Order: sequence, then structure tokens, then C-alpha cells
Amino acid sequence: MSSPKPVEQLDRVVIRFAGDSGDGMQLTGDRFTSETAVFGNDLVTLPDFPAEIRAPAGSLPGVSGFQVHFADHDILTPGDQPNVLVAMNPAALKVNVTDLPKGATIIVNTDAFNDRNLQKAGYESNPLEDGSLSNFHVHEVALSSMTVEALRDIAGITSREAERSKNFFALGLMSWLYHRPAEGTLAFIETKFAGRPEIAEANTKAFKAGWNYGETSEDFAVSYEIAPAKLEPGTYRQISGNSALTYGLVAASKLSGLPLFLGAYPITPASSVLEELAQLKQFGVRTFQAEDEIAASGAALGAAFGGALGVTTSAGPGVVLKSETVGLAVTLELPLIVVDIQRAGPSTGMPTKPEQADLLMVMFGRNSESPVPVVAASTPAGCFHAAIEAARIAIKYRTPVFLLSDAYLANGSEPWLIPDVSTLADISTEFATEPNDGEGFLPYKRDPETLARPWAIPGTPGLEHRIGGLEKENETGNVSYDPENHDLMVQLRAAKVAGIAADIPSLEVDDPDGADTLVLGWGSTYGAIGAAARRVRSSGRKVATAHLRYLNPFPRNTGEVVRAYDKVLVPEMNLGQLRMLLRAEYLVDAVGYNKVRGRPFRAAELADAITALVDQ
Amino acid sequence: MSDGNGDLVQLTAKDFRSDQEVRWCPGCGDYAILNVIQGFMPELGLSRERIVFVSGIGCAARFPYYMQTYGMHSIHGRAPAIATGLAVTRPDLSVWVVTGDGDALSIGGNHLIHSLRRNVNLKILLFNNRIYGLTKGQYSPTSELGKVTKSTPMGSLDHPFNPLSIAIGAEASFVARAIDTDKKGLTEVLEAAARHRGSAFVEILQNCNIYNDGAFDYVRDEKSNRIYLENGERIRFGAEIEKGVVQDTDGSARIVDVADVGEDSLLAHDSGHREPSLAFALSRITFETDGAVPLGVFRSVERPVYDDLMSEQLERARAQSGEGDLAALLRSGDTWTVS
Repeated sequence: MSSPKPVEQLDRVVIRFAGDSGDGMQLTGDRFTSETAVFGNDLVTLPDFPAEIRAPAGSLPGVSGFQVHFADHDILTPGDQPNVLVAMNPAALKVNVTDLPKGATIIVNTDAFNDRNLQKAGYESNPLEDGSLSNFHVHEVALSSMTVEALRDIAGITSREAERSKNFFALGLMSWLYHRPAEGTLAFIETKFAGRPEIAEANTKAFKAGWNYGETSEDFAVSYEIAPAKLEPGTYRQISGNSALTYGLVAASKLSGLPLFLGAYPITPASSVLEELAQLKQFGVRTFQAEDEIAASGAALGAAFGGALGVTTSAGPGVVLKSETVGLAVTLELPLIVVDIQRAGPSTGMPTKPEQADLLMVMFGRNSESPVPVVAASTPAGCFHAAIEAARIAIKYRTPVFLLSDAYLANGSEPWLIPDVSTLADISTEFATEPNDGEGFLPYKRDPETLARPWAIPGTPGLEHRIGGLEKENETGNVSYDPENHDLMVQLRAAKVAGIAADIPSLEVDDPDGADTLVLGWGSTYGAIGAAARRVRSSGRKVATAHLRYLNPFPRNTGEVVRAYDKVLVPEMNLGQLRMLLRAEYLVDAVGYNKVRGRPFRAAELADAITALVDQ
Repeated sequence: MSDGNGDLVQLTAKDFRSDQEVRWCPGCGDYAILNVIQGFMPELGLSRERIVFVSGIGCAARFPYYMQTYGMHSIHGRAPAIATGLAVTRPDLSVWVVTGDGDALSIGGNHLIHSLRRNVNLKILLFNNRIYGLTKGQYSPTSELGKVTKSTPMGSLDHPFNPLSIAIGAEASFVARAIDTDKKGLTEVLEAAARHRGSAFVEILQNCNIYNDGAFDYVRDEKSNRIYLENGERIRFGAEIEKGVVQDTDGSARIVDVADVGEDSLLAHDSGHREPSLAFALSRITFETDGAVPLGVFRSVERPVYDDLMSEQLERARAQSGEGDLAALLRSGDTWTVS
């Protein structure tokens, strides 16, 4: 498959595939991404799909999109505006065309632009004919009919089934246009559809037909090359946030020597962690799909009492139900990892869309003084180390730990330099096996350094003890209503969590030019903030950036960092939750950039916000 | 008896008493239950560290504090869920849940039915006193309709749950009932529950002498109203053993005078019947409807145990894929090398 047509070199491209939620756009985007990853470009993806599995065909709410940004250099975001839109129907065009810059390329499936679909999308006239797309390069491609035609000779499939392969036609065309290697996709088709060889043949033929169409059609005069990026040497794979999180939990189990127990209830966008872990039973992983979110966390805590690495995964609407379990874990002082893959709320909100608005809930959403460490991932691949870190803190300090991700990190993907497992640090602990008070055992006698209590698991002779949600007497753990003891225990639990600050890395600041403005973020805004800072610096302005991976406790130098700058900007996909914490903790006059749209920040809007503050 | 390692364990009731002062109200039925259970524990033949009591919230939920075993006093209603996590990760332990009528059937109803249907290897003891005791006397989900309490001055409006009907409806593999003060009957039921692999559900009729005193006098005091179920035996009871239970053609069970129907017409108890219908029909015989209360093991059948099934899946996965290799997992899927 070589191309005789002229080839142009590009340094980066943003492509968005969009179609009906039944059109296979996520699969198409995923395959294009895999080809791109194997080719060696740096990349970031942004899947964007409705919560409805199959909204009415051709309708605006049913549009599913997948954006991939790839480049010959390192990139941080999925791209603000697509250079290329592949629109499988009028609704996909209508929903996405407003995101396109002037001069962008649109590839449309003309077969879908019939009266009925135009009407469903709310078009009064056909945009392909009325001149409304005159600012764009439009390629009109009869994707459906060419696919059906190409598959005519395959026995055993109807023309309706043949039409379903049109996403592979589109993938073939785009793969030709951007010189993507095809082998991986062809092999993928063979494996994925091994049970239905006629479908495998159809998809293969459709892919090749799309590729050949690009090569021969005069409509596509040039093709494009984007050279591989110069990435750090090593072996890479593409990984999504939820896969990285899954692997991080399995790694934490290995590194701690504790069997992994996951209690979970299906919820978007966390379910895939349950599904992936359920496939890893050979690692000794036990997955328990509970009757509800409460039981999911309760079972994880019960498993932790027995010496397992107890984990529960959910999103905001499920995490609220786990509050009582987390409170119990706080007072039992047992390790528990609570993963909150944040999505837009309140209540059910927008299940597939990202938000960062659960921070104050995980900090304070429990009765009484109930301190819990909070770790936040900032990139899809970063979910791996964040999960290990959450486990390390939970195990070492005998505490529940919140691990925050979000819908963007969960589904987004990027290349990942696969770590050498031999370099991952041991996070094991020792169970109590001997009396710690003469002949007796005091379940709340603490390690003087970490303030962690002994973890004596059932089955250990001589250390039989009872723990519970009632306040406990210091050291003995016996039920106590003594006022001074309660004050002491409240202080001890707070001091234990605060003390973790000494055991986490300092907040790193990227400030090459000596700026007086700091942009401080957390979570999935990392990429957008970094890309925005690059733009601001390239305009000759100075800006510093820092990103918090620990929200509770903050790294020890956080106050020093924020006080060292005249102006502090905190961009968040909420109404200013980290900013509230920073202002309360450090009396710093931080300002916010807050948009809660259920989609990641664009680098351009952040660059504008930073520029405005720098110039102030 | 052995501790599983071949060593003889000879313990007595005293070995199971913790150093904590028991703080139920004087005269509470929980004392009797505690005594019976502490007396029964040595019969498990397990050393103390292998036994765990998990409870929720309520008067009954204080139980673990008084047992010299491992224990957790957890959250209202959640004990079955917490115990499930413990039992499935630690099949070497004997895990007991102590709960009450409010804990198990109101706030924790969902966890109860799901642990029973899964058949997790738990022994669930429901102390039913038909009242909220710890919160000082509101009606509970087992209180009779029209119950006048502080929260229902004109009488409760809710039809009560029948705990055994719920358990049987949830397809529990072991369902039994005993009375707090009936040491022999309670011990026999506990023995059978302990022997049963899978979820064992035991309702213990327990007198709250402060907020619902005498709720079970009709069967605690009136022994002639106790219908002891004996497997394989025709169901008879009464001061003169003059009464019995028959099953009608619609499946329901009712009480008759033996003299009227003859011995051969009486229902023979079969706790191991394939279908739960018989046990369910027996659970519908209540003092309110029939003036007598069946006691003992209603149902005891073998069904795959959740914990075992989960362990088997882990073994099968290892047999198929070998022990998990983290480095290989991280490199699964398409990879590429940058030099």
C-alpha cells in the first residue's frame, strides 16, 4: 500500500471522528490511535460519547465522538480544535462543526445526508449544498454505498450488515491520508471477529477499500506525514486512565504482598476498572460486584480487616453512598482505597463527562472530624503511579485514602513508557503477630513515627480484639466516652494524616524565567495548563506552573510556593474548590479560572486567562 | 476437637468471655443468648483467633465486644456486606454476624437478602425483639401492625416483616428459629448452623424487657405453643401433643387437632426439600395467625457457596494463564520501542 501522490509534512494534527453512537466511532478512534501509537507519534485522545447506549439514530444527542491529537513532538492535550472532522451523518456535522477553525477539513458521509437525517439534525437546508461550509475543505465521500459495493461479493452478510462496516472504510481512508501502519488494525480485525469470519472479511475489505479510495480518488490530492516524536527511549504502549489505574492496583497488590479485593457496583465512568480487574484473577484478584455502593465499600473494608488490600471504585454519585464506610475506616484505622472517577454532577449529572467537583466532598463529606488523605491523578498514564501511591499511604498509615481521577482521564489515552517492574518500590507492611503490652495486645498503641496502629488480622493467636465505630480509648481500643480521650483521639487521627506530608514529594514548580504569576492546578487539567503555559511563554511572558498530586495533606512546601508569587491562578473544572482550600490554609489571595462544562479546558482559553493575569 | 492443624483445642465458655463489662439492661434477653453462645463456642472446635463476630448497630450489635474472639462493631445494617468481604477473602475463618430486627430488616434489608442469595459462608443471628431498643422504643419492621410506640402514638401503619419468610424468599440455604431462654433449642440450632456450609440464618426471639416486654411470652412462657420441627417426623405439639400441622392442597400449612385428622394426615418435616415451599408455609404459621410458633431448622439444603466459587475461579484462572506476571501484564497489547 504505497502512495504515488504528493506527501506533505505536518508537525501535528487533531482529528475528530463523529457519528451515531451505533456507528462504531469509539472503535474507529481507538484503532486509529493504536496505529498512531505504534507509528511513534506522541498522542492524547478525548473520547466524548453520550450516556445513552443507542440514542435515536441520527439525533443530536446520539452523536458519539472521538478526538485524537498526534504530533512529532511531545503534546499535552487532545487539542482544542480539530483540523479534521469525519462526520458520518448530519447530526455529527451539526454537533461538531462549531468546534472547527476556519480552513479545517471535513470528510462527510454523503449517503447519510438525506432529507430524513437532515431533518433529525435540525438542518433546514442541506449544508453540503447551501454554502454554509464554505470556510472549510469539504470532502464528500459516499461512505455507506461504497462500503456496501465493496462487500457485495461476501457470502453470508446482508447489505444492512455490510453498511455497518463503513466505519472501517472511514478508518482505511484516514489511515491512508495520514500514513498510518495498517498491520495492527488488520490483525485486530482477525482477532476481534474470529468468531464471525464473514464480519472479519467485511471489515478487512471495507478498510482496504477506504485506503484504496484515498489512493485513487482525485478528491484527495495529497497525503500527510507526521514524523515520529522524539520520546524517551524505552518500550511504550498506549494506555487509558482506567487501564492504568487497574494495573496500578494490581501492581500495588504485588508490591505489598496483599491480595487485592475489589468491591464495586457498576457506574459510569468507573465500571471498566471492575471489568478489567475481573479478568485478572490469575493475580489473586477477587472482584465482588455488590448489591449497592454501600455494600461494595463495606465488603472492601471487611476484606481489609482480614488483611487484604481492600479497594472500592466508583464515581461521585456512588462515593456519596460510601461516606459512612469511609468514616468507619477512619476510626477503625484500616487501609482502604476509595477511587472516585469524577463525573459531572450534581446528582446523576452528565455521567460520561468529566468534572473536578468532588474534591470538597472527599475532603469533608463525612460526619465529624474525619480526615482522609487524598491523591489525585493528573494524566491517564499517571493513574498507574497514583494508584500505587494511594495504596502505599493506606497501608503504611492504616487509613482510607481517596484516589481521584475523572471521566477525561478514565477514557482518554496516551503513550506510556512501560515501567520496569523491578524498579517499583516495595510497599509491604508487617502484620502484628506478638503482644505489644507485656502479655496483652493494645490495638490502638501507635507507631511513634507514623502514628499508625498495629494491623492484627483474624487468625493471629493471642491478639484477639474488637474494633468498632464507637469512640475508642487510646491504646486499649476499648469503648470510651471520656471527654479528654475523645479530644485526644480526634487530635491523633488528624495528626496521623497531617504527618503524611513528611512522606510525600515536595510540590515541584516549573518556572524557567522567574515569573511573578503561578498557575497551580490539580487533576486532569495538567495537560491543558502545561500547553497553555507554553503558549504564554512563547508570547514572551513569564509564568510558573505547579501541579498538586496530593490534596490532603498538601506537600510541605505548598505554602512557601504559593506565597512566593504575587499572583496565583487556580484553574479548575469546578467553582473553586482547591482555591477555597488554599485560601483557608495559606491565606493566599488565589484567583480562579472556573468553567464547569463537562469537558476539559482548552489550552487557548487557559492561555488567555493566564495572559490576562500576567498582564494585570 | 482440633484447631485445623491437628492440635487439640479444649476451651470452655469462660475462654470466650472478653474483659469488657456487659452493658445490656438487666433482664435483657441478650444475656441469655450471650451465655448460650459462649457455652456453645467450644463445640466449634476452633481456636479463638479463627472466629470473628461482625455486627451492625443496635443493642444486639454490642455483642462482639463481649466475645474473646476477633470482632467488629460496624455500621447500621452493613454487617452482612462487611462480613462478606471478610469471609470471601479468608475462608479459614468462622464468621458470625449478629444483628437485630431494625439492623437486618430495615436499614440493612438489602445486604441481608443478597448475602443469603449468594450463600456466602456466614452465620447470621438475628435477635428479634420487635422494637428499636437502643434508640429507646420506636416500632421496628417486625412490630405488629398498630403498635403504639413513641414514634407511632396512634399505632404503626406498616405491615410487619416475617424474618423467616424473607430469608426463605431470598433462597437462604439454612433457616432456623430459636428462643433466647431456650438453651437446648438454641444450642441445637446453633450447632446445625455452624455445621452448615453457606449462609445460615437464625432468628432468635429475644425479649426486650424495657421497651417491648413480654412480646414473646406466648412462646417463651407457654411451652405448649412451641412447635419443635424434627426432620422426618410428623409435626406435632401441644401440652398433650394433641395438635399437629397439616398442609392444604394450596400449599399453605395450618394447625389441627390430631384427633380430628389422624396421625397420618400430619405433615412430616423435611428441611432438605428441593423446593422452599414447605419451609415457607411453615414460616407463615405465627402466633397471630395460628396461636403457635414453629422452632428449629426450617430449611437446610446444600447450594454452591459464594466463597468457594470465587476461590475456584481464581484457581481456574491460574491454571489457564499461570500465576499473574505483572511485567507481562503491563506489556500486554500493542507495544513499540523508541531507541
